[in-house]
Amino acid sequence: MLLARSRGSGSPAPGGEPPSRSPSGTGKGRPVHRGPWWRTRPAQGIGYAAPTGVFVVVFFVVPLVLVGRISLSDWPLLAGNRGLNAPDNFTEAAGDDLLWPAVRFTLTYTALVTVLLLGLALLLALLVQETRPGTGLFRTVFFLPSALGLASASLLFLGMYSPNVGPISPLLERLGLVDGPVSFLGTPTAALWSTVALIVWKYAGFYMLILLVGLQRIPQDVYEAARMDGAGRWQTFRSITLPLLRPSLALTLLLSVTGSLLAFDQFFILTKGGPDNSTMTVVSLIYREAFQRLDLGAAAALSVVVLAVLLILNVAQFRGLRGTDT
Amino acid sequence: MKPHGLGRTPHHVLVGGLAALFLFPLAWSAWASVSGQPGTAQQSGYGLGNYRSLLHYDAGLAQYLWNSTLVSLLTVALTLLVSLMGGYAFARFTFPGKNALFLLTLAILMVPYATLLIPLYVLLGDLGLQNSLFGLSLVLTVYQLPFATFMMRISFESVPHELEESALVDGCGTAKALLRILLPAVWPGLVTVGLFAFLAAWNDFIAPLILISDSAKAPLPLAIANLRQRSMGAIDYGTTEAGVVVLALPCLVLFLLLQRHYIRGFMSGALKG
Repeated sequence: MLLARSRGSGSPAPGGEPPSRSPSGTGKGRPVHRGPWWRTRPAQGIGYAAPTGVFVVVFFVVPLVLVGRISLSDWPLLAGNRGLNAPDNFTEAAGDDLLWPAVRFTLTYTALVTVLLLGLALLLALLVQETRPGTGLFRTVFFLPSALGLASASLLFLGMYSPNVGPISPLLERLGLVDGPVSFLGTPTAALWSTVALIVWKYAGFYMLILLVGLQRIPQDVYEAARMDGAGRWQTFRSITLPLLRPSLALTLLLSVTGSLLAFDQFFILTKGGPDNSTMTVVSLIYREAFQRLDLGAAAALSVVVLAVLLILNVAQFRGLRGTDT
Repeated sequence: MKPHGLGRTPHHVLVGGLAALFLFPLAWSAWASVSGQPGTAQQSGYGLGNYRSLLHYDAGLAQYLWNSTLVSLLTVALTLLVSLMGGYAFARFTFPGKNALFLLTLAILMVPYATLLIPLYVLLGDLGLQNSLFGLSLVLTVYQLPFATFMMRISFESVPHELEESALVDGCGTAKALLRILLPAVWPGLVTVGLFAFLAAWNDFIAPLILISDSAKAPLPLAIANLRQRSMGAIDYGTTEAGVVVLALPCLVLFLLLQRHYIRGFMSGALKG
């Protein structure tokens, strides 16, 4: 089982000398050196890069420009007047009664998921970092839910939480913890925690793997030295493991925060935004503007704002990530 | 060396307990899909009633499986082709705009998919690709490109130039060198890229939700989520869990078979990137 022993590097450079990059080259007695072949055929390079270029321009750059254009226009989903109306879409979006509750809910959800997910992932990584008999099996088990799609996992939990067939409520009743059937998605608080539980289950193994790779990059002799100095377990963890794991922790933080801010599938499937719009996330709001209120302009305006916020967040966190990665 | 090892027994109990918690939902959905429950297609006893119901629900399981398979295979094929050529270009050639295009490709990661689906919906409409599985694959491919291009670039870069240099000096074209000599060398990278593209396309939910309006063209995750709309909000949980099993099985099998490639993608994609 591969998870039993992760390799040190994804792409070990095979032996052989690095290609000479200097224009003078090694010469080898040839009077005129035209440089390595790959530098002399730019047209072919462009040819091989062309499909990438077409995809990136048509399905990334053009939509990026288009979303700005739509956000400044009156743009009904079905055919109609498409004149500029800036900045109406933005002012309307800002005045939407559901916007601030959705922002607040999305932030609460992001904070909860990130704290619980990173905590559990770190615990799992520490528990399976040593190679003992059976460790590989446990790593695989913890990772298995990550192989599922988010929609599949949400549908799975929809069944688990259901009052008809769900297994959790009867189990709690039998243990004497609750008196009657539990409504996992029926109240705003229960719906939030039920969704958080699904996400923690689905992604903990994924983040565990990132942290595991980080743990294995910490040189063993640092631990040896700490033990020589008589450091206890907790002290070693606090002053060696945590600081040296910072780049990996920062990466999991970035992934969890940006992922949770864009939450949609799980709420669309489990709660449909309810009860009472209490689990409406920002992306749910974009979907609602576009496909229920049929107003692409308003949806695009929200998209532009979300895009800007995430871009700033990404750049800031990316800087932080690079800063700690020495 | 045990940096933070617990004692042997408490460790086993804790890890074992957690493992059981992680396995429980998977095991439950498999069990729920075949066990009898009132209000599901399998009323009592054990049997395949839920799967039979799934087989005939709306456009039929066969149709949805076909839609999902078609979208996934198209996405994998497109991603492999574009990233193979792109990776070769970025690793082995120098041309104007090379770094700009590479960075632009990676920048796709910075822009969340959900926010671009509105213009993509409009754009696909303009291209005559609305409500088309091919259009959906194009969109899914774009979001695979940052990882795939990065992965293929480092795969090509880890192959020594000497390998194809002599062939090129002998007058063999770059295309021939790519197909005959380099392709076998970058094969593991291609498997990784293909695996990630397949899992992403097979599991995607929001793109088909927005881009596909004809329910007979829905890929499987969307079709199963639609089960609840069919019956006015009352959900046939048995059929839903049968659908979850059908959705999950290929993913779990592929993951278990190709773990090595999955981890490889992780190490190079997630951590070096």
